[in-house]
Amino acid sequence: MSIELKGISKKFGEVTAVNSVNFSVNDGELVGLLGPSGGGKTTVLRMIAGLELPTEGDIFIRGQRVNDVPVQQRNIGFVFQSYALFKNMSVFKNIAFGLKIKKWKKADAETRVAELIQLFGLSGLEKRFPHQLSGGQRQRVAIARALAPKPSVLLLDEPFGAVDAKIRQELREWLVTLHHDLNVTTIFVTHDQEEAMEVSNRIVIFSKGNLEQIGTPREVYEQPANEFVARFVGVMNVLDTEVRGGVARLNELQFPSNGHADGARLRIGFRPYAVQVSNDLSLLPYRAVLRHTFFLGILLRLELELPSGLIVRSRMTKEEYAQQGLEDGREVSFQIKNYRVLASDAAALAPELELQYQPPPTMGENI
Amino acid sequence: MAGITKRQFTAGRTKSQRGTEESPLAKWTLISIAMLFCVVFLLLPLVNVFAQAFSKGWDVYWNALTNPAAWSAIKLTLLVAVFCVPLNVIFGLAAAWAIAKFEFRGKTLLITLIDLPFSVSPIVAGLMFIVLFGLQGFFGEWLRDHDLKIIFAVPGIVLATVFITFPFVARELIPVMQATGTDQEQAALTLGANGWQTFWHVTLPSVKWGLVYGVILCNARAMGEYGAVRVVSGNIAGKTQTMPLRVESLNDEFQGAAAFAVASLLALLALVTLAFKTFLEWRQHREFELAQQASVSESGETQFIAKGKSE
Repeated sequence: MSIELKGISKKFGEVTAVNSVNFSVNDGELVGLLGPSGGGKTTVLRMIAGLELPTEGDIFIRGQRVNDVPVQQRNIGFVFQSYALFKNMSVFKNIAFGLKIKKWKKADAETRVAELIQLFGLSGLEKRFPHQLSGGQRQRVAIARALAPKPSVLLLDEPFGAVDAKIRQELREWLVTLHHDLNVTTIFVTHDQEEAMEVSNRIVIFSKGNLEQIGTPREVYEQPANEFVARFVGVMNVLDTEVRGGVARLNELQFPSNGHADGARLRIGFRPYAVQVSNDLSLLPYRAVLRHTFFLGILLRLELELPSGLIVRSRMTKEEYAQQGLEDGREVSFQIKNYRVLASDAAALAPELELQYQPPPTMGENI
Repeated sequence: MAGITKRQFTAGRTKSQRGTEESPLAKWTLISIAMLFCVVFLLLPLVNVFAQAFSKGWDVYWNALTNPAAWSAIKLTLLVAVFCVPLNVIFGLAAAWAIAKFEFRGKTLLITLIDLPFSVSPIVAGLMFIVLFGLQGFFGEWLRDHDLKIIFAVPGIVLATVFITFPFVARELIPVMQATGTDQEQAALTLGANGWQTFWHVTLPSVKWGLVYGVILCNARAMGEYGAVRVVSGNIAGKTQTMPLRVESLNDEFQGAAAFAVASLLALLALVTLAFKTFLEWRQHREFELAQQASVSESGETQFIAKGKSE
């Protein structure tokens, strides 16, 4: 066990940023802390680093309780969201800084820095200053600098937040490769669920200071622990139904009531992939008009409009779409193959649960 | 081809700028007014200072600067600066650090207090010290009992000058430090640096231009301060007379040429300071330009590569 958090809470004055969080990270793991902004994930990361002190609870790094160990002695590498490169130092000096402070022998330090420059594809940039680098290069320097003194843990705060979309994709793949090669325990913070899904071995999901779920990307996607996780990770159709005549209904759509009495309200969720669409109007139980098709690459997202105006999102491969001869404006039939009851009482349906953090429509479809 | 596009681009830009430009008449009127003002109120008096200083010949000039009283004034002025500038640097760094990097009660009050010497008349500042340390002042008796002299002595001059120059370094550093934030320092901590190492390797280099600039301004003011020093010094020739005070008393004694000789030395100091300041600004600007060029050529390169790939 590389890192363990036991009952960690953090209060800033009256505000509880982190509320009694427990989780552990194994040696060599790549773990993503995921959640909406203000969820407490960065605070957790900073507490592991020693940049913030927990109000309650204990933090262990490699079995040693580090609550009272100052940041300098925790042997962690930290990559800041802003990269925080020393702007008055060259790339070489930035990477060498930690080694100089730790009084490495000059020759050893130079070898180590040269090795990292090579590994991080920064050759030829040694004498450049941070302002002369592109966003991606800056980030690589920041990671190389954090890794130079051979930390036992690498902590990254929103590592891909500050670069544009195309480079972000490259950097993600690069981080996975790097982690694979170096095998250093790595924890990173992100608010982008797609990024967390793609990069992490395991994901820890936070919301409002609480740990909502911890699991592999597949687990949190397929077996979300609660409504928050279900709606935050991936795209989900969410319907608030009411049980009438033994059936949960919303407009045309009907679901089994699962023993709930008439008048009960059920919040039902289903992934777009669970919505099967056909151009044969008599094949599937519900009818809708294909209002709009979004091209996401291999997959397409279909927005279906029911006669009552309700919108249901589905998805389909390009091939199937072409095979069925679908196009915007066509009438189609569809069915919902599986779904989850996200909440089933009036309290849980309180407007508070109407998440403001609905992920943008293009995310999560490729998972 | 790249050249052509670039030229077209710049041409387009000048054209669009034309629309917002004033007519040539307005432009030249404004420039003439500014130039005329500078010549009449700044350049002419400055030239006059040197002309007057040498009006009675080189010997008078040289003697005015090398007689014991003048020499003492020069030494005292330098001594004041030697005390004043380091004190200001220490205070300025501490205050700017506190204001830029911490949140605490009374922060606004501290900022206001730093500005106080700018808003208080130097004469009033001098009188404040008389009230505190003069014979009839709060500490007057105690000081006399311990045989310490502040007012009408060098310590008083230094104190008054420190007070007057109080804001210079801090004022220069606060915006620089606020803009830099605390990320770099935190990064240094995570890499194992202690507080002192962080300050020395990270904080200080990132504010060095602001600091140097503040020191120059502080030094110029420390040497040139008249009002507050006039009140606390007693203006005793050869003992507590700084250069500005010497200029004044020579002028009062109708020794115009000698007064202007000392004044010319002060003016020369001001000019050197200005030149140094301009040089620093130029260097800073050049560093920035070089960085800009580097990033421009880099993005040009990537564009070229991207183009080459797509074609």
